[in-house]
Amino acid sequence: MIKRIVVGIVGLVIVVFIVLLLLAWESDIAPQSPPGAETFSQERIDRGRVLAGIGNCQSCHTTDTDQPYAGGLAFETGFGTLYSTNITPDPDTGIGQWSQEAFNRAMREGVSRDGSHLFPAFPYPHFANVSEQDLEDLYAYTMTREAISAEPPDNTLRFPFSIRLLQAGWKLLYFDGPTLAGDASRGEYLAEGLGHCSACHTPRNSVGAEAEGQDYDGALINDWFAPALSAKQSTPVAWTEDELFLYLRNGVSVYHGVAAGSMADVVHQGLVEASDEDIRALARYFHDINGGGSDAQAASQSATAIRTAQERTANSLSRGEALFTDGCASCHYNNPDEPNIMRPEMSLNSSVTADDPTNLIRFTLEGISDEAGIQGVVMPGYAYWSNADLVALFEFLRETHTDRPAWDNLEQRIQALREHAGNGKE
Amino acid sequence: MSTTFTLNGQKVTLDVTDDTPLLWGIRDDAGMTGTKFGCGIGLCGACTVLVNGRATRSCITPVSQVAGAEITTIEGLDEDGQHPLQKAWVETQTPQCGYCQSGQIMQAAAMLKDFPNPTDEQINQVMSGNLCRCMAYVRIREAIKIAAAEMRGGVQIQEGATNE
Repeated sequence: MIKRIVVGIVGLVIVVFIVLLLLAWESDIAPQSPPGAETFSQERIDRGRVLAGIGNCQSCHTTDTDQPYAGGLAFETGFGTLYSTNITPDPDTGIGQWSQEAFNRAMREGVSRDGSHLFPAFPYPHFANVSEQDLEDLYAYTMTREAISAEPPDNTLRFPFSIRLLQAGWKLLYFDGPTLAGDASRGEYLAEGLGHCSACHTPRNSVGAEAEGQDYDGALINDWFAPALSAKQSTPVAWTEDELFLYLRNGVSVYHGVAAGSMADVVHQGLVEASDEDIRALARYFHDINGGGSDAQAASQSATAIRTAQERTANSLSRGEALFTDGCASCHYNNPDEPNIMRPEMSLNSSVTADDPTNLIRFTLEGISDEAGIQGVVMPGYAYWSNADLVALFEFLRETHTDRPAWDNLEQRIQALREHAGNGKE
Repeated sequence: MSTTFTLNGQKVTLDVTDDTPLLWGIRDDAGMTGTKFGCGIGLCGACTVLVNGRATRSCITPVSQVAGAEITTIEGLDEDGQHPLQKAWVETQTPQCGYCQSGQIMQAAAMLKDFPNPTDEQINQVMSGNLCRCMAYVRIREAIKIAAAEMRGGVQIQEGATNE
């Protein structure tokens, strides 16, 4: 009797395992020889180039600008390090052998041509929303890039996360295919599809999926803080549609600051060829999400914030105040009633008002190049300043220039970012 | 490694490591010594130059960060040394030891683009990162106002006017 039960249980386990294996199993799609450039019309390639920019493909799939799309960028996750793949049409190390069908399956289902599951660092849950036409144009653009032979480093994910088949379980839990309704606006289509904005701006749960109910609440990712775009945004001036448009178009908003860090790539490389209409559509979408500021309020919200910060600064006798006056004000001081876009105002700046100090620490240590931020303007890095001075400066800014709670563990975070980002020891 | 930028209207290519401070590129490699070394950590303003028209502390700016940029130093502010600020500096006899003055003038030149008619408060705020150990601050403020007036076309300084 007992023997029968044991045999029965073992048998059931085997059957369940086989069923799961069958569910997880994806077949390979036959390799093809890379299609020649003449396969695609120039019009499709051009549309694809704009779309690849909106998807910001180059930012993750490029390490060396001389080798665009050859992959190899490291993504440090809680499960180990992933490296982006080579998506040039090289047949051996890239995706030259991928047919349109294989390309579409990877984009929409997260499955490689050979049938193995892709990790969700590749944002296929968003790309599942991309239209057939856009996928065809993207394919035309991708397949007409220069084929570069480059093998990215092997992933160093810890066992068992390294087993790709287990991704089938992740998909069962967190991947629902396309999420957009048929009547989605252009802005929503771009943001939730190719743009995959929430991949950075939404916090992730313990297994790396975007956390439910926390859409666009802001998140720390790859050593940059992607600020909240939802009603949880902590900016003294509520984002207006026009400011969102200017920020996404030019990379700078007088009421919020500049696009720097990884957002600089999004604006100055990715969205640079997108039409004004598409940028406007994105601005409208995010304006709806964040609860919406108005132009009429923006100027007075800004003046109040700057005036308050200046009054508190004048009354401060702290070391941070002395450092700010000596080291920062020459570029960052503003008239309360007319902040100058070329003089980023710290009381309005997202790096000072955000819930996390990472961006402020990194901009201060590393500076902002003339390619990021405001084009042509250079902010040098202040890595020569001691940790104690930087802590004093940041505490001063947080206390006098915002109404937000103090940041924790500033000194440790500064030291960690010095070491991690190669910003030099104190 | 080499970096190319425009220095006072001339294209220059410096064969230096990427992290070389712009200050040393300007002084040692391009041979323009009007820009001074002060503190080396962006806290005194003596090394201020214009990068694409904006005041920038050259001692902490690596040359790699200004590749392709337009750099202006005190030598290039005006080819005859007759920028309104330079004239006002002479008129008011602003410098004493003079070491910080090129940085002061470059910072002031940048400031007048943002604040063409500056108040005392604005001058104090923007110029407070440029230290002067001779305490010439009062004359610096006065000179800036004279130059600002000339640049706005309000008051012209007489050619050759000097203080005894």
